[in-house]
Amino acid sequence: MAPSGPADFDILVEQATLQYHGSPLFERLDFSLPAGSWTCLLGPSGVGKSSLLRLIAGLVPAAAGKVRCSDARPLAGRLAWMGQKDDLLPWLDTLGNVLLGARLRGQRPDLARAKALLEQVGLSAQATQLPATLSGGQRQRAALARTLMEDRPVVLMDEPFSSLDAITRTRLQALAARLLAGRTVLLVTHDPLEALRLGDRVQVMAGHPARVEAPICPAGPPPRRLDEPAILVAQGELLARLADAQDLAA
Amino acid sequence: MINPRPFVVVAGLLLLWQLFVWSSGVPKFLLPPPLAVLQALVSERALLLDHAWITLVEILLGLLGGVLVGAGSALAMALLPALQPWLLPLMILGQTIPVFALAPLLVLWFGYGLASKVAMAVLIIYFPVAVALYDGLARTEPGWLELARTMGANRLRMLWHLRLPAALPSFASGLRIATAAAPIGAIIGEWVGASAGLGYLMLQANGRLQIALMFAALTLLLVMGLALYVLVDRGLVWLMPWAPHSLASPSAYQPRET
Repeated sequence: MAPSGPADFDILVEQATLQYHGSPLFERLDFSLPAGSWTCLLGPSGVGKSSLLRLIAGLVPAAAGKVRCSDARPLAGRLAWMGQKDDLLPWLDTLGNVLLGARLRGQRPDLARAKALLEQVGLSAQATQLPATLSGGQRQRAALARTLMEDRPVVLMDEPFSSLDAITRTRLQALAARLLAGRTVLLVTHDPLEALRLGDRVQVMAGHPARVEAPICPAGPPPRRLDEPAILVAQGELLARLADAQDLAA
Repeated sequence: MINPRPFVVVAGLLLLWQLFVWSSGVPKFLLPPPLAVLQALVSERALLLDHAWITLVEILLGLLGGVLVGAGSALAMALLPALQPWLLPLMILGQTIPVFALAPLLVLWFGYGLASKVAMAVLIIYFPVAVALYDGLARTEPGWLELARTMGANRLRMLWHLRLPAALPSFASGLRIATAAAPIGAIIGEWVGASAGLGYLMLQANGRLQIALMFAALTLLLVMGLALYVLVDRGLVWLMPWAPHSLASPSAYQPRET
């Protein structure tokens, strides 16, 4: 059975080197994800954020260095993945998509839990609908339910909310913050406000080969209100860092 | 929800045909009028249906065999990528040999009966089915495959639950082409050597200048081919409600209202 519940181990990326079409995206990169905290990763396009995420997920091999867990057990089988697109299978209904993981592993699907998760993301009424009939926000909520269904201590997300309108995005952020509490989360995003709203640690990736800068740690539990003075100050600093990163990339 | 336009077009063409025969005075043994063909269809219906039944069985068996072998090769190549560089050139080689050229040989090997015609149909159907399905299996959305990998899926389950359903629309295109081409195989086989079937009947009628009967056999073949295509097309649409429909179905590619 898959390990579940809150994470009690850190993830450490040590001296990792990754190449893209022959040129290094990053070299001897160190990066860590503390147990149970939400890390948001920002940076200019093409700097290697998604590649770092995929490296941690085991979808691309490192040219050098490694990804390890502080409890010395492998990370494979302990993470859930949520990509840029919702990746819902068009021939399965919402419930079928939520149950995909069990189906792909040949396990007995836990129907009751899937239905409870659909209830939590507000899709009970859409359980038997095909993805094509869902709105963008509903599709992303279905993808979130599928991610939660995996019940993994680590969740990796690559700009999951970027295609949504502002209000839908805000609601989904709040939902994700509530449902993913206690897990180790890495969220790659382009949106500084999203990062400050959700992240325990907000980090900027910049340079060539890329480095990850020291984190900004916004105060208070997520999802945070964006009109708090401390958040506004943090936003100013974050934007300055991102501008520097952009200049570095140019 | 039946589109009336094809019927209007057919009725119009038949009318033109009848008018041409009336006005030009072309002899009946060159071009019989549609009414004479209809007469032949009715008066010779027992004969026609006997032969049509044989051709239909040949087509259906060919379709079944071609789809099974074609889908089998595509699945084998998808599951064992090492097989692909060996099998694909062989498939293309097989496809570049015209089936017409092979027909006498197949009749020699498989005899004058059903088997040589079925073999011919299988040969014609195999390639579009195998290529379409293999192409579909090779083009699974990369995001789905990555998701499946993080979920811990093995090769076989990934193929069965993900790549195969994702490839079905592509397979359906291949199957539509194969269905339209299937009668060709059977008819060529009957022309080269047979003692029954619509192709055989057409040759016989032609030789005896029973041109109305020949047209009647052709009409029956046409109706059979069309009915088979429509059945397969509708079946595929029904099986895959999520997939974009074929060009032929009236609901597909409707211009957006502006």
